[in-house]
Amino acid sequence: MISFIQACKRYPGGHDALLNVNLELAQSEMAFLTGHSGAGKSTLLKLIALIERTTRGQVIINGENTSKVKRRRIPQFRRNIGIIFQDHQLLFDRTVFDNVALPLIIAGQAPREIARRTRAALDKVGLLNKEKSYPITLSGGEQQRVGIARAVVNKPPLLLADEPTGNLDPELSWEIMQIFEQFRQVGVTVLVASHDLDMIKRMGHRILVLRQGQLVADSAHPQ
Amino acid sequence: MKQHDDQFYQDVVNRDKPGLTTTLKTYFMRHAQVFFYSLGQLWRSPMSLFMTAAVIGIALALPTGLHILLQNAQTVSGGWDGAAKISLFLKKSTSDDQAQKLTNKLKSLVEIAEVEFISREKGLAEFKDRTGYGDAITALDDNPIPHLIVVTPSLQHSNAEQMEALAKQMRTYKEVEFVQLDQEWVQRLYAIMDIVSQAVIILGFMISLAVLLVVGNTIRLAIQNRRDEIVIVKLIGGTDAFIRRPFLYTGFWYGLIGGLIALILVYIALLLMSSPVERLAGLYQAPFSLHKMDFGTIITILGLSIGLGLGGSWLAVGRHLREIEPH
Repeated sequence: MISFIQACKRYPGGHDALLNVNLELAQSEMAFLTGHSGAGKSTLLKLIALIERTTRGQVIINGENTSKVKRRRIPQFRRNIGIIFQDHQLLFDRTVFDNVALPLIIAGQAPREIARRTRAALDKVGLLNKEKSYPITLSGGEQQRVGIARAVVNKPPLLLADEPTGNLDPELSWEIMQIFEQFRQVGVTVLVASHDLDMIKRMGHRILVLRQGQLVADSAHPQ
Repeated sequence: MKQHDDQFYQDVVNRDKPGLTTTLKTYFMRHAQVFFYSLGQLWRSPMSLFMTAAVIGIALALPTGLHILLQNAQTVSGGWDGAAKISLFLKKSTSDDQAQKLTNKLKSLVEIAEVEFISREKGLAEFKDRTGYGDAITALDDNPIPHLIVVTPSLQHSNAEQMEALAKQMRTYKEVEFVQLDQEWVQRLYAIMDIVSQAVIILGFMISLAVLLVVGNTIRLAIQNRRDEIVIVKLIGGTDAFIRRPFLYTGFWYGLIGGLIALILVYIALLLMSSPVERLAGLYQAPFSLHKMDFGTIITILGLSIGLGLGGSWLAVGRHLREIEPH
């Protein structure tokens, strides 16, 4: 599902955010990406979502080489990826329902289908009773769950999460992780960037460690 | 937590695509939704909507009003075509009899509505009366004034070309020395009106440009205000067209409302001017009332202002949407 081949990312100014990263992630696999701040976790996720492009090497997502995706095709490309952000990135002038429905609206789904799937996604994260609320009235954990519902509503084969539990207490974090785990079980590939080492270890999935832009440890391939 | 065999998890990877009719139907419905949504957004801050629309309206009212006044002037002066006359100065050798015969002959022509014969004697008397050169004229042995026949063509034959043709025909009469078309002042007036009409077009063009920039700038600010939203929509796969749509419709609304304001302003202006104009016309004993806007003008103005609204927002969106990318 995800493969990095000697991928490098150098930002303007000469800072190497990623250096020769090689990585394979199969479908239905769940992995945690960890490392200190500035180790390159976010950059790696951005390369997958085509928010940034590699300066050298290749990133292949779902059989598609990201460097060959033209600018016009990026929206289509991103619809196959559900992205969850640390700061939720919700629209505060719209209801929970409208926030979650947005990817379906963008994809041009029929209204009945939108309503059905949006409710299903909200049900999945346990927020069906909040569909008419505005995000500002929700707690941090609930807002994050709205973000997750929006990321999965379009049934993407790949989920990316950047510090999804960064602002949550351990119990809420664990709940969120269980939601990810469920998606993994039905065939979704999940990649989570997090520095919550305790929780990551408890999950028992593959752990990738980045240090200064290099992949220094991979629990699937112990050196 | 629910089991994963329910509806939601079905075909997670093989995502279903909507059919063509559904897609089309949804597409048009979305357009309609965004169409009214953008109006609703504008309606939330009626003051800023009104301000921008008023700028557009006032700007467009200026050339529109001038255009309509010009149309009126053309209608008025169109009537003056009929007032144009042809003067036939006869050869000195022509006798009173011959002149009278020619007068009668001219009267029988269909092209001619009215013929006035001014004999040499009558002409001399008028000249003496009007100029005060009477004594000088009396000192002359001979009456220097020729017979004059003033011809008024019928209305159907009074445009410039027909007048010219008529004059040409009259030049061939053996009694006629010289033919003068009393039309030059009308032609001068037309020339002036041509210049004014050209000026209105140029003014209209410049003001259209200004409206384009006003809308462009307003939309640019709207884009800046919704920067975060645009980033989010781009992150979840919104195409440029999807993001552009509400801004284009916003431009449409600005154009439409601005155009309506322009029409209202012009209407009020015409209303205010109509009574003094009628008074002036009354002084000339001419039944004339100011033409209001016709349907064609209204449609043109609305179409133009909507076009400018759309164009302005298109410019702004094209320039600024690209700059906003997730990072």
